[in-house]
Amino acid sequence: MYRYDTYDQALVDARVDEFRDQVERRLRHEITEDQFKPLRLMNGLYLQLHAYMLRVAIPYGTLSGTQMRILGGIARKYDRGYGHFTTRQNIQYNWIKLEQAPDLLAELAAVEMHAIQTSGNCIRNISSDQFAGSAADEVADPRPYAELLRQWSSFHPEFSFLPRKFKIAVTASDHDRAAVKLHDIGLQLHRNAAGELGFRVFVGGGMGRTPFIAPVIREFIPVSQYLSYCEAILRVYNRYGRRDNIYKARIKILVHEIGAEEFTRQVEAEWALLEPLALDAPAAEYERIKAQFAPPAYDAAAPDSIDRSDPDFAVWVDHNIAAHKVPGYAIVTISLKPVGGIPGDASAEQMELIADLAAKYSFDEIRVTHSQNLVLADVRKDQLHALWSALNAADLATPNLDLVTDIIACPGLDYCALANARSIPVAQSIAVRFANLDRQHDIGELKIKISGCINACGHHHAGHIGILGVDRKGEESYQLSLGGSGAEDTSLAKILGPGFSEEGVVDAVEKVIEAYRSLRLNPQERFLDAYRRVGAEPFKEAVYG
Amino acid sequence: MVDVQDSVKLAQNPHPRATSAHAAVLRWRDDAAFDGPVVAFADFGADSNAAAVRVDPADDARALVPHLARLRLIEVSFPKYRDGRGYSAARILREAGYTGELRAAGDVLVDQINFMRRVGFDSFAPAKPLNPDDVAAALARFPHVYQKAADAAAPVWALRHG
Repeated sequence: MYRYDTYDQALVDARVDEFRDQVERRLRHEITEDQFKPLRLMNGLYLQLHAYMLRVAIPYGTLSGTQMRILGGIARKYDRGYGHFTTRQNIQYNWIKLEQAPDLLAELAAVEMHAIQTSGNCIRNISSDQFAGSAADEVADPRPYAELLRQWSSFHPEFSFLPRKFKIAVTASDHDRAAVKLHDIGLQLHRNAAGELGFRVFVGGGMGRTPFIAPVIREFIPVSQYLSYCEAILRVYNRYGRRDNIYKARIKILVHEIGAEEFTRQVEAEWALLEPLALDAPAAEYERIKAQFAPPAYDAAAPDSIDRSDPDFAVWVDHNIAAHKVPGYAIVTISLKPVGGIPGDASAEQMELIADLAAKYSFDEIRVTHSQNLVLADVRKDQLHALWSALNAADLATPNLDLVTDIIACPGLDYCALANARSIPVAQSIAVRFANLDRQHDIGELKIKISGCINACGHHHAGHIGILGVDRKGEESYQLSLGGSGAEDTSLAKILGPGFSEEGVVDAVEKVIEAYRSLRLNPQERFLDAYRRVGAEPFKEAVYG
Repeated sequence: MVDVQDSVKLAQNPHPRATSAHAAVLRWRDDAAFDGPVVAFADFGADSNAAAVRVDPADDARALVPHLARLRLIEVSFPKYRDGRGYSAARILREAGYTGELRAAGDVLVDQINFMRRVGFDSFAPAKPLNPDDVAAALARFPHVYQKAADAAAPVWALRHG
């Protein structure tokens, strides 16, 4: 994975020093909370309902065992023994004391981590495919390009006061694990007819209160020019994105209002002026970064079979293992969704154990997924059982990847100052209702996503079943939507009907699922496919009829 | 063309000079400050003789490009620090070859001044006076940059592959 050189380290260290100064000025009351707010937000520090929350960047979701061990230590030392992995592949700590935040950032900087641009109206952490570098289906490794984007976007002088936050995702396969069409910019690496590498450029996707699926504005931009092309997109947005209404300030609204064709014309015109300025990093820089993502020392003699004689292990293999491009290896997803747990939460001890297991079994590297799980991307098949045993002992081997209990949920009203309703208890109730593994496996792939307010941090628009918590005359109410997808077949879920109480929405989910089981063509037909085939009516009937 | 600013001089002497005529204006220029009238963008026609113009956030700075040769001062207003359109306006003007004074005026805060210098501003008229020591510290804070802008700073990729 990418390691800092002295330039990267000097910049991150300078940021820690700067923030320490700013916090000291605040603590001495030399600056007001109003003046301090934009400064702390530039460093990922939010004031939540009960305490400060710090969001730490995990660039494109990749971190080392050493870094994970430090994240665990931080959870113990500065938080209440937990960290929360997010849908942006980051980690959040919910109980931070302001006066300790500079020391925390210094500990992060010592292991090449930071909280730069994890909040504020700037280019946020770059996200990517959690299987990057190991996936059997990718055309090339997207991580060097994501790292180049990270560097280009860090402390960008022109784009640090955008109309609104800005999220870029990079992927390299047709099977979309990074929800690129639901980002401000989605970049899909592919080859043109001449066999050259470039990006398909999606712009203007997003969730929030007005969800849009991003249109393609350019089918192919060569990899040697994608940074300047992004610069042109950002400049058009910075100049013409709406600033009169925070809810209409994302780039998706600009693209929607002027149309993808006109937006594309403006970007192309801007790029024609920027392209000659040699803004793109040279090929040598790409090669330097790429060398750090060189494949690990795979053992060509690793046997390509798995001993499935342990039935519990075999179930986990069936659900939590993905195909690796190298024979004898597998990609393992560690579920952070134990039944009754908080989606995405990990304890300090779990993080430290995963760090140890990454060192022992997966070349000391870990990925965070946008579904709030963790991945060990390079595990020998003949070591899967030993890994599973260690995970199982720590309640980290729940075999529920992409099943009904693998729920995405935002922090909701338990933590978040913006939320209208709680998300975590709803996720827990649904998981408990469907705790039986045989039942989960019978239902098959089903992605439930829960947001505690219209800002959609829990991706409810992209849920096969989406749940949105709203405030209804002082009571928490939950709207049910069906048919969304954040994968390559991106679609937006549609509201089924009137909302429910917390208890009622769990019953409604069960009715929807039982309706699906009775109308599916065969057990192989996924919920999403069945819904697309028959439409909403049978489900409305089952829930409200 | 990207305008080359005097960033080397700046690094040696991070304290800007304050002129007597504009006590509140921080300048990083050696020439005399322009003392004439600053016309509003809307009044700046192709047939005007104005040598100074004020650009508000919604104005299209690129419309000034045909007239840059006769402009001595372009003042870009920041009614609110959160409105970042002026950063693009500045860089567009420098990219088009403007070498005259480019001033950021209004809600200009010390924590933004480094970014403003990078996009090409070389003078500042903050609504609330800035502490010169804080300005010097802010400008000296970050030893490197990751990307090209309108200043002469070489991005780290250029340093790495010198």
